[in-house]
Amino acid sequence: MSYRNPVTTPRQSATFDEYTLSEIRRAAATGIYDIRGGGTKRRVPHFDDLLFLGASISRYPLEGYREKCDTSVVLGARHAKKPIELKIPITIAGMSFGSLSGAAKEALGRGASAAGTSTTTGDGGMTPEERGHSDKLVYQYLPSRYGMNPDDLRKADAIEIVVGQGAKPGGGGMLLGQKISDRVAEMRTLPTGIDQRSACRHPDWTGPDDLEIKILELREITDWQKPVYIKIGGARPYYDTALAVKAGADCVVLDGMQGGTAATQEVFIEHVGQPTLSCIRPAVEALQDLGVHREVQLIVSGGIRSGADVAKALALGADAVSIGTAALVALGDNDPRWEEEYRALGSTAGAYDDWHEGADPAGISTQDPGLIERLDPVAAGRRLANYLKVMTLETQTIARACGKSHVLNMEPEDLCALTVEAAAMAGVPLAGTDWIPGAKANERY
Amino acid sequence: MHSIDLAVTPLRELNQSLHGSSEAAEWEIVNPKGSHAVAVGVDDALDIHVRGNVGYYCGGMNKQGSITIHGSAGPGVGENMMSGRIVVKGDASQYAGATGCGGLLVIEGNASSRCGISMKGIDIVVGGNIGHMSAFMAQAGNLVVLGDAGDALGDSIYEAQLFVRGSVKSLGADCVRKDLRPEHIELLTGLLEQAGMTGVRPDEFSRYGSARQLYNFDVDNFDAY
Repeated sequence: MSYRNPVTTPRQSATFDEYTLSEIRRAAATGIYDIRGGGTKRRVPHFDDLLFLGASISRYPLEGYREKCDTSVVLGARHAKKPIELKIPITIAGMSFGSLSGAAKEALGRGASAAGTSTTTGDGGMTPEERGHSDKLVYQYLPSRYGMNPDDLRKADAIEIVVGQGAKPGGGGMLLGQKISDRVAEMRTLPTGIDQRSACRHPDWTGPDDLEIKILELREITDWQKPVYIKIGGARPYYDTALAVKAGADCVVLDGMQGGTAATQEVFIEHVGQPTLSCIRPAVEALQDLGVHREVQLIVSGGIRSGADVAKALALGADAVSIGTAALVALGDNDPRWEEEYRALGSTAGAYDDWHEGADPAGISTQDPGLIERLDPVAAGRRLANYLKVMTLETQTIARACGKSHVLNMEPEDLCALTVEAAAMAGVPLAGTDWIPGAKANERY
Repeated sequence: MHSIDLAVTPLRELNQSLHGSSEAAEWEIVNPKGSHAVAVGVDDALDIHVRGNVGYYCGGMNKQGSITIHGSAGPGVGENMMSGRIVVKGDASQYAGATGCGGLLVIEGNASSRCGISMKGIDIVVGGNIGHMSAFMAQAGNLVVLGDAGDALGDSIYEAQLFVRGSVKSLGADCVRKDLRPEHIELLTGLLEQAGMTGVRPDEFSRYGSARQLYNFDVDNFDAY
């Protein structure tokens, strides 16, 4: 019997892992950076790292379904004559016609309206379908100004000036040629089939002092009726929120790095911007320092999936949340029923993110008429309404367990954190301790 | 003729009065003293004369209105205008006619940087010079300049057409000089006439537009990105 030396098991590099190697090979073969949709896919500290304490001897709970727990919110009462009143504190985030099909936009409007909340246009203008099917529609005012016109501005229920978004703070829109149908091209005043890389800065203002004048102009055009939101990505939440307030915003929309995009560079999504969890408390602190917390509403987005996430965002000081990716999943995005087709596209259900290619088997992120036909806007709208209602019921469940008669009465004192990182970011104690890492009196984030 | 004195009437009252005004009414606005957002969101064929200098965004999102500024204009004059006519008797600051979708903007003096940025169908005629980065990402419409253009004219331009009578300090990425054909002479003749620019021959202009080389991504254009 011969002796053989033991062999070392082949070891994959943690640094050069399978994904990294595949990306290097892909870049070398194609000469283009990886573009995809969605938000960050890496694990970052998130709402999962927080827990509610619930009621105890010192805090008594409310009876489920019997004692009222209000979920209504009013957005934009600071300066606007006609603030937005919502039944639930969950809104639909801005997503463009162009990146999404007309049927998907219609379904978002139907679902949001049935649940008593608002939906939002995107970088491509307002379509009659979404205006018609949305009881409350927020009109985004973007750097590209595609489709921007005063008639639609006056038809809107609120105006959202987009400064940034969580997936790509500092980046503009991207809609590649495959999705530029004749209708999309016409709405954007551009030739069919070309790549559309929207501007990342607004063309006619720079900085907070100009922004204040821009808001004045929009209010004057609309006779001071519409709430004006400012949407920021999770870059410098304390100062951006403070500057938005100074510029005259009625609401601040704060989007963390888990927030999705229709398309941008993978390197942008994964390496620029902060997680949602680390953005909320600095933003709330800015509002508190300026004495406008609850007067200027904070709408948080980026990775909101359940009533638990909604409750945690509200407890940290947000007035409402916004969902994008989760809403698309409720419509049917990444559904396993299309698994065979996802595989044919080199992906799998749950991981499909090539939304920019316009080949979405679910008929959502596409302009292909054959694929769009697969999405029934009435049924998809119903699924979204169901999902929004479930999230609201979950939020109420937690709020009642904390003894709160309104979901906005939840507070940081209702929370603890499972990790040191989450405790520091959220500004709540590490579970089992009274330790809030990094907390100092009057500390600025 | 309605007359509004901005020294005594709040801006909000002025704009709301304009929005509720009937077709073809004449308005005179005095003492603007650099006020921002004067006569914005006009939605009817009003004839408005502003006596003095204005601040940011005068005539913003104008539809149908004829607005004459008897003075100079701050940044963003006529931004996103849809139709109608805006005339600046003096000079205009940055972003004149930004994202404009239609109508005619005439600046009898000079315009500053980023004139016609992201324009989407507006016609702009400038009697003097324009500053750097003008017509950046310009999508549609015509920019006519009787004087000179600054650096990086028409950078990343789409389908807008640029006509410059004087010198161009430099062209931006994907912007090239093109032939001035008879149809362009005809177009220029019409625009100069509408703008009231006399004594100028259309064949003195050079035409610039997109080379269309950057419309779709190509790694071999690396140096341009």
